[in-house]
Amino acid sequence: MLLPPLFPNIPPNSIPMKKNVIIIGAGHAGIQAAASLREEGFEGSICIFSEDADFPYQKPPLSKGYLDGSQQKNSIMFRSETWYENNQVELKLGELVEKVDVPQKTVHATSGEYAFDFLVFATGAYNRELPIPIKGTDQPLYLRTMKDADYLKQALDQEDVQDILVIGGGFIGLEIAAYAAKSGKKVTVVEYQPRLMQRVLPPMLSEHFAAKHQAYGVDLRMGVGVQDLTQDSKWLASLSTGETVTADQVIVGIGVLPSQVLAQEAGIRCSNGIEVNEYCETSAAGIYAIGDCALHPNPFAKGQMVRLESVQNAVDQAKAIASTICGKPTSYHQVPWFWTHQYNLKLQMAGLSEGYDQLLVRGDVEGDKFSVFYFKNNQLIAVDSINKPADHLQARKWIQASYTPDLEKLADDSIKLNEC
Amino acid sequence: MPQITYIDSDGNKHQVELPLGATIMEGAVQNDIKGIIAECGGSCMCATCHCYIAEDYLDKLPEMEEEEDEMLEGAVAPRTERSRLGCQVRISNALDGLVVEIPQEQ
Ligand SMILES: Cc1cc2nc3c(=O)[nH]c(=O)nc-3n(C[C@H](O)[C@H](O)[C@H](O)COP(=O)(O)OP(=O)(O)OC[C@H]3O[C@@H](n4cnc5c(N)ncnc54)[C@H](O)[C@@H]3O)c2cc1C
Ligand code: FES
Repeated sequence: MLLPPLFPNIPPNSIPMKKNVIIIGAGHAGIQAAASLREEGFEGSICIFSEDADFPYQKPPLSKGYLDGSQQKNSIMFRSETWYENNQVELKLGELVEKVDVPQKTVHATSGEYAFDFLVFATGAYNRELPIPIKGTDQPLYLRTMKDADYLKQALDQEDVQDILVIGGGFIGLEIAAYAAKSGKKVTVVEYQPRLMQRVLPPMLSEHFAAKHQAYGVDLRMGVGVQDLTQDSKWLASLSTGETVTADQVIVGIGVLPSQVLAQEAGIRCSNGIEVNEYCETSAAGIYAIGDCALHPNPFAKGQMVRLESVQNAVDQAKAIASTICGKPTSYHQVPWFWTHQYNLKLQMAGLSEGYDQLLVRGDVEGDKFSVFYFKNNQLIAVDSINKPADHLQARKWIQASYTPDLEKLADDSIKLNEC
Repeated sequence: MPQITYIDSDGNKHQVELPLGATIMEGAVQNDIKGIIAECGGSCMCATCHCYIAEDYLDKLPEMEEEEDEMLEGAVAPRTERSRLGCQVRISNALDGLVVEIPQEQ
């Protein structure tokens, strides 16, 4: 019997690569790296270690469709089990990598020691914990993994859980707040900064989101810190204003920190993330870092070192290193993009708006259908779109091509965007 | 369970049964059909689950929302009147026998 070729995508006269790749982490970055390696014709072994024991799944739905029940476990997994088998990608689920030995080119995991030719850190990030005194038999809830999401959903869906306190007015906290408010809960959001999602949004968009949350009855306390949490029959939070908030459940979303200890202990250079060059290679040759854990020079931030926490960044960095490992050095230079859903507001962001000196709004702000264009030194650097997917897609193309539309045309809603 | 035939991006046919309520995108991912990427996990945010629906089933599909319509404009493969985003089409009994073609590029 004639068997089908193992990797049908390999061009007929390429030299097959027969080395070992070990990937640490089975999130967007790790899984995409494996998939892209095979697509590029890599023939060596690929092994992915994942501390998380759940079959590899996507995280964004955890605070969206998975939380509201419209998406189930098997609808958010990356690939089917047969995909891993057919592509000979070995998964070691529930296995922590405890040590990396750079000179020996080995990793030490729970089940033993493994050798690599190339190593990929796709270790992601972990939740920052509340740095305040907490007294109680339970802990406040956090969201990062599917287990967290299952626990959170079960907690929020209980009927006797009515008062919800969300600490942190960033994307994840606000998506959870929106779900709880839509389910009829009484929600309070406490945010230390003076406005919502301050790190990435301009005041007008923070206010737009704030107004929507308030319309759903969410009590927003901005510029306020939580000083301590005490659990009795209910949770009691004391705020920096001297006020207190009581709640049946407390949910914390105050940002993440890069998972870099493993790399650090292996002598690889780290600061706010594992430091990499434009090829996502770390200070150790043949060792890469991609996704949430990678502090990289980003062309869309004028080459500054940044760490991005997004699906786009994880996926595109994975594609780049896969090509590089397969002998086609490929630098990372894709437009950053991101999205969030809260109520009827679907925000899509393209580019990095930090440092903008001019801003233009186009569309129907009251009708929740508009885009904000950001410029720096007369160059388009970013576009945030609310319920305007076509604008978002156009923006991605423009920013990738370093194109700046005509401002006067852009300001005129009667002129089509692709004619600006 | 409704039977769906996928024609993957290499032109290979795969006949599968999908549970009611699953989306065409989910069915493709779970059955390892080549060509559907679904980068955003079904949020109608990436247009990498673009597919072509067999002509005779077009009127049996759930109506297209404006959002999907706009995203399709940005899809990489050419948009035709048979274009849909796989994550926005849920399987119903009316779709039994449906043939879905996956474009070569997403
Ligand atoms: C609730 C939620 C909602 C989000 N929403 C969006 C969104 O709408 N849009 C968007 O673009 N992004 C969103 N994100 C961010 C996005 O999910 C991340 O940017 C993306 O998952 C990053 O992928 P990654 O592979 O770098 O890291 P991760 O997905 O964090 O994966 C890293 C994995 O590495 C494993 N690991 C770490 N250390 C070890 C070790 N020593 N040994 C073995 N395994 C290890 C971890 O267990 C983890 O599973 C969201 C994230 C969350 C949590
Ligand atoms: S999966 Fe992203 S648009 Fe369908």
